[in-house]
Amino acid sequence: MTITFSMDGKEISVEQGLTLLDAARENGTDIPTICFHEATTSNALCRICVVEVEGMRLLQPACIVQAAEGMKVQTRSERVVRARKTILEMLASTLDLSDAPEILTLMDQYGAKADRFPEAERRESAVKDDNPMYIRDYSKCLLCWRCVQVCADDAQYTFAINFEGRGYETQIGTFFDHAIPETTCVLCGQCVGVCPTGALKPKREYLLEQGLSPQEISVMNTGRKRRSKVTGQKSE
Amino acid sequence: MIKPDHITTTTCPYCGVGCTLELHVKDDFIFKVTSPFDSPVNHGNLCVKGRFGYDFVYHPKRVLTPMVRRYLLESVQSSVISEQWRSRKDAPDLGYQSLITNYQSQTPWDWIETDWNTALDITANKLIEIYQRDGSDAMAVYCCAKATNEDNYLLQKLYRALFRTNNVDHCTRLCHAGSVVALQQAVGSSAMSNTASQVTMNDVFIVTGSNTTENHPIISLQMKEAVEKHGAKMIVIDPRRIELVDFAEMWLPLKPGTNVPLFTAMAYVIVEENLVNHDFIDDRTEGYPEFLASLEKFTPEYAEQICGVPAEDIRKAARLYAKAKNAAIYWGMGISQLSHGTASAMALIHLAFLTGHIGRDGTGLNPLRGQNNVQGASDMGAMPFHYPGYMRVDDEANAAQWEKTWNIEPGGLSRRLGLTTTEILSHAYEGGIRALYIMGENPMMSEPNLNETRKHMEQLEFLVAQDIFINESAAFADVFLPATPFAEKDGTFSNTDRRVQRVRAAQPPRGQSRPDWQILCDLAQRIEARLGRPTARWDYTHPEQILREMAGVNPDYAGITYERIDKVGLIYPVPDLTHPGTPTLFTQSFPRGRGKFTPLDYVPVREQADDEYPFILTTGRLLEHWHGGTMTRNSALNEAYPEARVEIHPADAEIHGIRNGDPVKVQSRRGEVVLRATVTEKTSVGVVFIPWHFHEAAANLLTNDALDPQAKIPEFKACAVQVFPARENELSNPDVMLSRGRY
Repeated sequence: MTITFSMDGKEISVEQGLTLLDAARENGTDIPTICFHEATTSNALCRICVVEVEGMRLLQPACIVQAAEGMKVQTRSERVVRARKTILEMLASTLDLSDAPEILTLMDQYGAKADRFPEAERRESAVKDDNPMYIRDYSKCLLCWRCVQVCADDAQYTFAINFEGRGYETQIGTFFDHAIPETTCVLCGQCVGVCPTGALKPKREYLLEQGLSPQEISVMNTGRKRRSKVTGQKSE
Repeated sequence: MIKPDHITTTTCPYCGVGCTLELHVKDDFIFKVTSPFDSPVNHGNLCVKGRFGYDFVYHPKRVLTPMVRRYLLESVQSSVISEQWRSRKDAPDLGYQSLITNYQSQTPWDWIETDWNTALDITANKLIEIYQRDGSDAMAVYCCAKATNEDNYLLQKLYRALFRTNNVDHCTRLCHAGSVVALQQAVGSSAMSNTASQVTMNDVFIVTGSNTTENHPIISLQMKEAVEKHGAKMIVIDPRRIELVDFAEMWLPLKPGTNVPLFTAMAYVIVEENLVNHDFIDDRTEGYPEFLASLEKFTPEYAEQICGVPAEDIRKAARLYAKAKNAAIYWGMGISQLSHGTASAMALIHLAFLTGHIGRDGTGLNPLRGQNNVQGASDMGAMPFHYPGYMRVDDEANAAQWEKTWNIEPGGLSRRLGLTTTEILSHAYEGGIRALYIMGENPMMSEPNLNETRKHMEQLEFLVAQDIFINESAAFADVFLPATPFAEKDGTFSNTDRRVQRVRAAQPPRGQSRPDWQILCDLAQRIEARLGRPTARWDYTHPEQILREMAGVNPDYAGITYERIDKVGLIYPVPDLTHPGTPTLFTQSFPRGRGKFTPLDYVPVREQADDEYPFILTTGRLLEHWHGGTMTRNSALNEAYPEARVEIHPADAEIHGIRNGDPVKVQSRRGEVVLRATVTEKTSVGVVFIPWHFHEAAANLLTNDALDPQAKIPEFKACAVQVFPARENELSNPDVMLSRGRY
């Protein structure tokens, strides 16, 4: 069944059941996303995709709200733009976004200032380097939840990682903070594949960034030097 | 943040799933691997091997220069060599540089680095010398299920067209030969009847003899999705409590090698309770009355005595499967790697015939193929009984057709069936096989009863290894030709779904290494000139020309071009250039016409547990490693899983005083290994399990080389062993310790 509603003043018709984000993309309207991913269940965590819907008190996340007959949607109203800009500024004030070029581009587009909240406490933590395949740098993690979802029933059914802590202290972690090899993790790297900010990164890419040569990296599994110890991080 | 110089889309070189990879390359170094989320096979998901297992490409032990033994440059009598030196095996742990320089005294068996001209001339001359002296029957070749379709087509063409022998085989013989023979007999085609991703269309499916989670990780994700999101019921039939059991409706832990009574008892129940699809049997099969007569003794109670599975569970499983709207069977080596592997697979095929669960989407008979290109290598005729396209070599019309294609005089090609993988080595003696060419295979890890295999390897007069490392088998070689791995060549792989997909070079060949197809063309041209047999074409400039030559005769591939599979692979049969491919086979009929029932009898595994050898050993694979380990043991995967472990049930461990992590010695009538024990309920009482990837404790030193009479597949899955505590210093590397929390 088809429904008709208005988006930015334009009447559009889409299949019933589509989200506002799907409908916008079908009709060539750009709504930015960060935590959204085609291959994972949408949770509306980052709120960068919010839009204004007439008659609704709060801004609505386009990634989960379904289009309905007669809706009037504004995707770039002043309120929407201000919300997005503020979200970006809050992210930048607490996180290392250096490996998230798409977010940096958004900041440019929305004129977001990384130093708007100079007093903010940065979410800094040491790089977790406890397995031969990938590193976890939670200073770059914006808690989009994609890694947790693909580790669970969006793909892998392994359930090795989840949220831990509450509020500002929330982090992605393993059960009892065990090192990755001691968890149920199968090192598939589905989490690395969906990470939007480089918080999860293949070990080889990380070692190249640390200035090691391909030759040095390639001998790390021959027993002389263990990959998981190379950066001197403890892997308790 | 590292910006790649380029991103190359290609196909994973590990298992038969055939995941799409994007290799991110910087300065000719693959630093990251991703997969597109719209990839048809794997939907963006990868396993640890596919995502991280590529260090072997850059490993310092990879051989980048052609090498020959010193005697070949000094023209020493080769008979002296085979007696005196061949038995000295180079330690595969050492880099080849140390093999070259570390010897105190120079011996005729030293590796000498040389150039391609010298290495290929020596190879051509030696092969021709042996061929002209001892004839076609002295020549044999192992093709390679890791290499591309094009590589395999060329190598079998080289041996058939130039040396006129059908002694051409590859590791499919050690893998699904039982399934292939059974399926050929029963339906006339040996590939999966449906695609793996159709598992989500099943109501019920059986997984048997396959630890899918570790061996086909991406297919196991689809199986779990079928259960969790589509409400399908999974029946796991396996001696081990594999991870899939966590998601299963039923688990039937049968004793190793008792498939025939179990599945035939299920057939008994289906007939007894009249759950039979009579229309299907009448319209599509033959031999049902004879089969019915043979069922009489296979009551569930009889099967219970043999298999150790309660009769009531057998009944329940049979009802579930038979009453489903759509049901499919997925199986692995646990069915085929037995001295009655053909009968085991046949017993499964009967279930599909009885219920008609074949020929529709979401049903079928699905042997999960192991290697990335074992389907393709078989399709390419890398087998002793078949030309490309499964055309029998003893059929005059087929031979004539290939004689025409390869420009050979009528009657030139051999009409005799060749020797199989297992037979090639057991015929290595004076008057038998004298020269063997191995492309990328590792029989010194993958054959059963390795102590015996080693004796056969020593008997060869001339062995050529075309590989990327000096592995356990190349250590016996006279000539080493350095090939390139998947990341440095173009071609196609055919996955377990029959999907033909592109392989693309991400970087130029390292050192002097060359893609296999180029090595083979160069070698063939030298042999052809010296033999005065200017026959088939050997001057290809791109692998696509090779595929097109093959597709001109093989109707399954007729419609496949590189252009058509540029983005998304095609599922053969693709009979013409506009055909969209065929995901579901047998919708109207079977290739042989009617499906054929074959009455079966129960034949026990060759070696039973007894007082002296009280355990049954079963072998298999691990998520982190691949087969003989040539690739994975030379990559970071080895750090993730560095040592062999034997799994033993807690009840057995307690009796023998074995604790988790203790070193133990496992001994069979043929050999022994020392390794650490993992005490776990994953295995059942009386059964121990060893993965066969580790040369330090090679499981195949223990396994039985008894063969299935029809398929010639060895009995890897069951042999009798004893287990007793050993000392730490008996371990080959006591410092290496595995710590994993995964299943």
